[in-house]
Amino acid sequence: MRLTYPDSIRIIRLPCTGKVDVIHMMEAFQKGADGLYVAGCLEGECHYLTGNLKAKKKVEYTKKLLDEIGIGGERLEMYNIAASDGPRFAEVAREMHEKIKALGPNPIKSATSNKEAA
Amino acid sequence: MIIAERKPMDEIIGFIKNYKKILLVGCNECVTVCYAGGKKEVGILASALKMAFKKEGKELEVEEVTLERQCDHEYLEEIRNIIDQYEAVVSLACGVGVQFMAEKYLSTPIFPGVNTCFLGVTEESGVWTERCQACGQCILGQTAGICPISRCAKRLFNGPCGGSTNGKCEISKDLDCAWQLIIDRLKELDRLDDYEEIMPIKDWSTERAGGPRKVVREDLKS
Amino acid sequence: MNTKTKTPSKLEKILAAGHLAVTSECGPPRGSDPEAITKKAEMIKDYVDAINITDNQTSVTRLCSLASCIHLKLMGIEPTLQMVVRDRNRIALQSDILGAASFDIFNILCLSGDHQQFGDCPNGQNVFDIDSMQLIQTLRYMRDEGKFLGGDDIGRPPQMFVGAAANPFADPFEIRVPRLAKKVAAGVEFIQTQCIYNLDKFELWMKQARDQGLHEKVYILAGVTPFKSAGMAKYMKNRVPGMDVPDEVVKRMSDVPKEKQPEEGINICVESIQRLKEIEGIKGFHVMAIEWEEKVPEIVERAGLYPRPKDL
Repeated sequence: MRLTYPDSIRIIRLPCTGKVDVIHMMEAFQKGADGLYVAGCLEGECHYLTGNLKAKKKVEYTKKLLDEIGIGGERLEMYNIAASDGPRFAEVAREMHEKIKALGPNPIKSATSNKEAA
Repeated sequence: MIIAERKPMDEIIGFIKNYKKILLVGCNECVTVCYAGGKKEVGILASALKMAFKKEGKELEVEEVTLERQCDHEYLEEIRNIIDQYEAVVSLACGVGVQFMAEKYLSTPIFPGVNTCFLGVTEESGVWTERCQACGQCILGQTAGICPISRCAKRLFNGPCGGSTNGKCEISKDLDCAWQLIIDRLKELDRLDDYEEIMPIKDWSTERAGGPRKVVREDLKS
Repeated sequence: MNTKTKTPSKLEKILAAGHLAVTSECGPPRGSDPEAITKKAEMIKDYVDAINITDNQTSVTRLCSLASCIHLKLMGIEPTLQMVVRDRNRIALQSDILGAASFDIFNILCLSGDHQQFGDCPNGQNVFDIDSMQLIQTLRYMRDEGKFLGGDDIGRPPQMFVGAAANPFADPFEIRVPRLAKKVAAGVEFIQTQCIYNLDKFELWMKQARDQGLHEKVYILAGVTPFKSAGMAKYMKNRVPGMDVPDEVVKRMSDVPKEKQPEEGINICVESIQRLKEIEGIKGFHVMAIEWEEKVPEIVERAGLYPRPKDL
């Protein structure tokens, strides 16, 4: 479709969002990601039936965990986008980009760089 | 099995905030089955702790180990050669394992990473409920397989009390009235006459009330 | 019916003589001023045969039942000690029974007790060392065998007239009479029921009790509580476990203007007593006028139960 979306997004492909586990999301932030979103098929259209529903629950759990440690659960979101829906994909990418930009960098990065600066 | 739940993050962070190098030890048995302290949970907790420290501009080194059990000597011995390299241990085993480890490794602070909750079952995926209070004198034969000590909020032996409403306990609509369950089961077993017998006063000496308990099998001692 | 009494209890004497007994209850204060009890008791003493003192009702910490009963006894009023098994182990229960007996308190009501979750100490422990059924057995054992649970002899065994509560309206309904039968088998001598608004259901429960001959083995006192307002009726209908308030009764209260509601509440109460009098097996009434003790005299008088028997 040749639609543009921000180049801050790195895409990691999976056969199904059902494969996403809490540890994957945690490690993304641990390695410095400022934001993360899990994009699964529309509810009811999962090729593996319930993969995207399981992903949704794991995302909710991880958001709470990120809140607990002060990273901020709002940096993580679950979206449902039809595979063919290019415009929506681009829209979500822009949405997340703007949201994370407003939140600022991952707190673990600023703390380390503050330390280095000090 | 023993059901446990991870402690709140701020509590665990509070235990180890002054350390730089810790050992995080999981257990492959009960806490794995209830998703509180198995290998996966160890990984998630390690990641969370590292991030929490980094956020404060500190580094935390975490070694992850999951033992088969922490309530048997042979498995706890497996960390003997490495434990001295760490300033502290956070154990995700139940309270039993945490204590047994602390008894073994006297010069290393051992902290609990989970709250040990009760003896129970997996009713369905993600839902665990209590079934046994380990009273030491099982009465399940007389109560149609349902325990009034662990499932009745007042541990009545001759229930139900006057608060039982629509098969639910007075303290919560989500809690079944144990005595309703017992009566229903007795009816199904055609043993409702059993209800007429007054259950005698309980001997609590084999329960916590009697002091810490011990079981010995002479034939099995070395 | 046995006209000989087993204890010096005035309540037992009245029941044994074939009179309809009348009891009521007072809630102790959340403080140490005994006047809160003695004033209420003074108001109703000529209209009732014995006064129950509740025991940390709804798990709210109050002046204890035992001390309150002693205050009543010192005033020359017949008290009924209420004892829940929620807060005391078997040692404390036996000990408090002896404490009551040392002041010649002759009536006791054995109860489980509301869970502490409802009260002011929801984080506290509970005891439930023995249950209310076993407490009944314990009392009969202490009185009739003259022994402690542990087997030793009791010096001057307690002479207690043993009572318990019954709730015909709790679930499961089918087990309510068997539970009453169990309490009778355990040795209970009088029963006070939960307050009655659903007279049809109560009549059914009584019929089942009579079918088992229970009405001749235990004195059943029907519980009644007057509604102060339609709001109270609705609250009790919806928020109190084990309470059965039929819609018609709530409607009767709501149909009346607010200032007339207390009067209607008393009317309903008196009418209930009249209807309950007709039920075979009812040996008396337990009038619970919560925070409205001043209405007890009117209720007792209008129900034709005044004056109370004297000089037994």
